[in-house]
Amino acid sequence: MKTVKVYGPGCKRCETAEQMVKDAAQKLGLQVEVEKITDQKSIAMAGVMSTPGIAVDGKLVHTGGLPDAAKLEGWLSA
Amino acid sequence: MTAETHENATPRGLPDWVWYAGLPLAAIIWWALYSQLIPFSEWVTALFPVDRNSHTGEAIAFFVYDVPKVLLLLTGIVFVTGVLRSWFSPEKTRVILAGKRQIWGYPLGAMLGVFTPFCSCSSVPLFIGFVSAGIPLGVTFSFLIAGPMVGPVGLGLLYGLVGWKIATIYLVFGFTIATVAGLVLGRMGLERYLQDWVRELNTGPVGDLPEERLTLADRLKIGALQVREIVGKVWIWVLVGIGIGAAIHGYVPEEMMLRIMGGEAWWSVPAAVVVGVPMYTNAAGVIPIVEALLGKGAALGTTLAFMMSVIALSLPEMIILKQVLTYRLIAIFIAVVSAGILATGFLFNVIM
Repeated sequence: MKTVKVYGPGCKRCETAEQMVKDAAQKLGLQVEVEKITDQKSIAMAGVMSTPGIAVDGKLVHTGGLPDAAKLEGWLSA
Repeated sequence: MTAETHENATPRGLPDWVWYAGLPLAAIIWWALYSQLIPFSEWVTALFPVDRNSHTGEAIAFFVYDVPKVLLLLTGIVFVTGVLRSWFSPEKTRVILAGKRQIWGYPLGAMLGVFTPFCSCSSVPLFIGFVSAGIPLGVTFSFLIAGPMVGPVGLGLLYGLVGWKIATIYLVFGFTIATVAGLVLGRMGLERYLQDWVRELNTGPVGDLPEERLTLADRLKIGALQVREIVGKVWIWVLVGIGIGAAIHGYVPEEMMLRIMGGEAWWSVPAAVVVGVPMYTNAAGVIPIVEALLGKGAALGTTLAFMMSVIALSLPEMIILKQVLTYRLIAIFIAVVSAGILATGFLFNVIM
């Protein structure tokens, strides 16, 4: 099972990003554990400077703005 | 909300050629609408049962001319800026600025502040990311001041509503304040006034993010998404700002404006800053007010000081930064930037 971390202090876009991850996982029929990181310190420590940021299994794949849905599916199924 | 999420989640949007064909088409429509603003606003004003030259008539004319004009300008500026900024990112900016300890790190920081896309909700991780990568605190401040102060929305609207001369003056002085304030703050050795945990933080090497390859159509799409997001968010500020501008334009007598915001009243510049700092609005909301103030004979220096303090120094941003800066550092920051704004205000009231 993949673990996805969504980094964001809780702005609207971060929530949308989290939902997109869940939607994409559902669409692909994958079991994905989504964790939302809202603590500023942890966000910065992960190397995320523009939110939302997305990490799949500990590897940062995206920062800043909403991810492209097709790319998101690529990261989840890789 | 659900509908929006699903729309975003569509695997592929419009095919590329639609974007390439749509761009010139949209530009032509935009231009056609923009060129019809005066006849349109006069036609709408004539629908109201009031004398065109009365106070109310003037206010209505101002409002119905400015609303479509500002919205058109805003859409155009946000789109172009969104496309241009797709070539920049905070991560790239950090690489450029890291280790630039020489004097030109400050203007470079200010310049990148204008072009790097970031929203105020990620100010804190951005700030930490910069400082922990060894970017001097002063350069980071230049970056953070310039972003809102000489942002393209404010400049573009100033150009469209007030004219190129004042827009240029604003650009030059806004940029100078961002650079010099960063330099001054950098020389003060303020690192000890960061919150403790920030100083101890070491984010270590940055995980290298695979660069996303974007086609031109992708970038146009980013611009369009920006328009939807930003215009969708700030239109209400725009209407409020234009409403206030229209009231000033229609009802405030000129001699009263000259007494309060005229060049003779030396105290008007600090008063404008004191009033402006707690005010929080988008640049798009304040420029119509600026337009009306200048039209009524407010002194340029006073008006510039008001505009700069509204746009560049905002309390919500300070509250966000409180997580990384101590009150003492925030106070010094506000004092230095305000000093620059005051100097600009006085200078223009004296020379104009």
